[in-house]
Amino acid sequence: MRHLPLALAQFNTRLGDVDANLDRHLAFAHDARRQGAELVVFPELSLTGYVLQDLAVSVARRPEADDPAFRHLLQASQEIDLLVGFVEAEQRHRFYISSAYLSRGQVVHVHRKVYLPTYGLFDEGRFFAWGDHVRAFDTRFGRLGVLICEDFWHASPPYLLWLDGADVLLFASASPGRGMTSEPRLETARWVEQINQAYASLFTCFVAHANRTGFEDGLNFWGGSTVFDPDGTLLARAPYHEEALTLVRLDLEQLHRTRSRLPLLRDERTALMARELERILRREAGSSTLGV
Amino acid sequence: MSEPAPSLEINADLVRRILVDFVRTEITRAGFTRAVLGLSGGVDSALACYLAAEALGPENVLAIRMPYRTSSPDSMEHAALVIRQTGVRELTVPITPMAEPILADVPEDQPIRRGNILARLRMIVLYDRSAEFQGLVVGTGNKTEILLGYTTHYGDSACALNPLGDLYKTQVRQLARAMDVPEVIVAKPPSADLWAGQTDEGELGFTYARVDPLLMLLVDGRYAPESCVEAGFDRAFVLAVLERIRRNQFKRVLPPIAKLSNRTVGYDFLYPRDWGT
Repeated sequence: MRHLPLALAQFNTRLGDVDANLDRHLAFAHDARRQGAELVVFPELSLTGYVLQDLAVSVARRPEADDPAFRHLLQASQEIDLLVGFVEAEQRHRFYISSAYLSRGQVVHVHRKVYLPTYGLFDEGRFFAWGDHVRAFDTRFGRLGVLICEDFWHASPPYLLWLDGADVLLFASASPGRGMTSEPRLETARWVEQINQAYASLFTCFVAHANRTGFEDGLNFWGGSTVFDPDGTLLARAPYHEEALTLVRLDLEQLHRTRSRLPLLRDERTALMARELERILRREAGSSTLGV
Repeated sequence: MSEPAPSLEINADLVRRILVDFVRTEITRAGFTRAVLGLSGGVDSALACYLAAEALGPENVLAIRMPYRTSSPDSMEHAALVIRQTGVRELTVPITPMAEPILADVPEDQPIRRGNILARLRMIVLYDRSAEFQGLVVGTGNKTEILLGYTTHYGDSACALNPLGDLYKTQVRQLARAMDVPEVIVAKPPSADLWAGQTDEGELGFTYARVDPLLMLLVDGRYAPESCVEAGFDRAFVLAVLERIRRNQFKRVLPPIAKLSNRTVGYDFLYPRDWGT
């Protein structure tokens, strides 16, 4: 039996204070390892906080061993794999909202957020560069994929990761809660859980979502991190609005059982998809109705 | 109405949870443990007081009553009720002696000027006492009055943080009932109590029960004015409310700075308020 003992670290960051947030990461990693986890997933921008504005430039890092924060994180990754959120400074001084997967002292994968919400209360496109890749990557637990918040409000990035071989989707968010109704959770929480469950069901894969808590400039981050299995069953949900380290043991054999019953991956018509998409893009060429 | 409109109903437990956390977080991250607020005897400040007491402990909340000679005796009594029920610390600072010399130059027939003076004097007392008590001023303005501009600029709107600013008056009442704010306070006609017999609804020309559902459509629901008319609201009423919202925009933003340099506060010098905390 193959298992992935997974931990979701749902916590409140200190805005713009990488050192303070690094300490929290190391403490959560230690705790998670002690409780038997082999991978701990941190929320979006977990090293920096979210409402950064002009702070983005001064908290930016390169995920390399000579960066003081990443030196500690890479060291911690000798004991437990980590998915860490940070502002990435690349060589030509563009800044990305990124998450790095660290394992056994190595940076295995960096995902740069490809969808930067710049509407309503969001202003990410003003401060950050757009990532341009959606790639799955190999780990000792199998092939994984990482997306950051708005990335999975669009259907195509999870779909691409699925086709690229990811069987466990790791989603990291700093999701500001909004939408009051008479229901006991915010509209944002309902929506995010709904689509996470839908991706798990449609792609017959695991979907683990780590969301942060706390407040920044009046925004509340609602927590409620979840894990869904390939049947779309909820395996775990962290509490809303409070810090928590949530441990879930993923039984990776569930992929075999679900996909034997429901061969959606086998039957996916990727060539048809590509052909029709090609046609749609051709038809729309010259008009502005579809993005690039 | 053809479609279900966005509803004003809230889940009081959830909202209470978020607002109590908000008050505690914003005050402690700024390095404080205490709050100060003006207690008028109305439902907004009563609710803010209940939230602050729950967030910080009643011993860390100072509720200040600031009556003027024309203030309604009910206001003082209702404020006393809130103080008793929450167990917060209290202080009464009558503003009559400081108001009279200023009001002496303001004709009686200019009640808005006179009212604004009282509101701004209360702001001075609150901020001064907040320094003495080492607490932050918790605001009590709700979403309805912020949108309609039914507030005194640099007066009752002045605060360090505002837990109620995204709740319409109707929702303030719902949450206040859920938190056991005395019914006599929740149910009475809202009044700024700046002159005898003043009521919000008399001054505004419409009731909160009438305007909140409209604001919910216009603001939260992003309905076009014409869609509000189709949903059953009187056209003249819709236009009057829209005009009030537009006219009072200046109260909802910081004053514009004339841009000259390459980097200007508010335009391209942008840092979060919670910077470093």
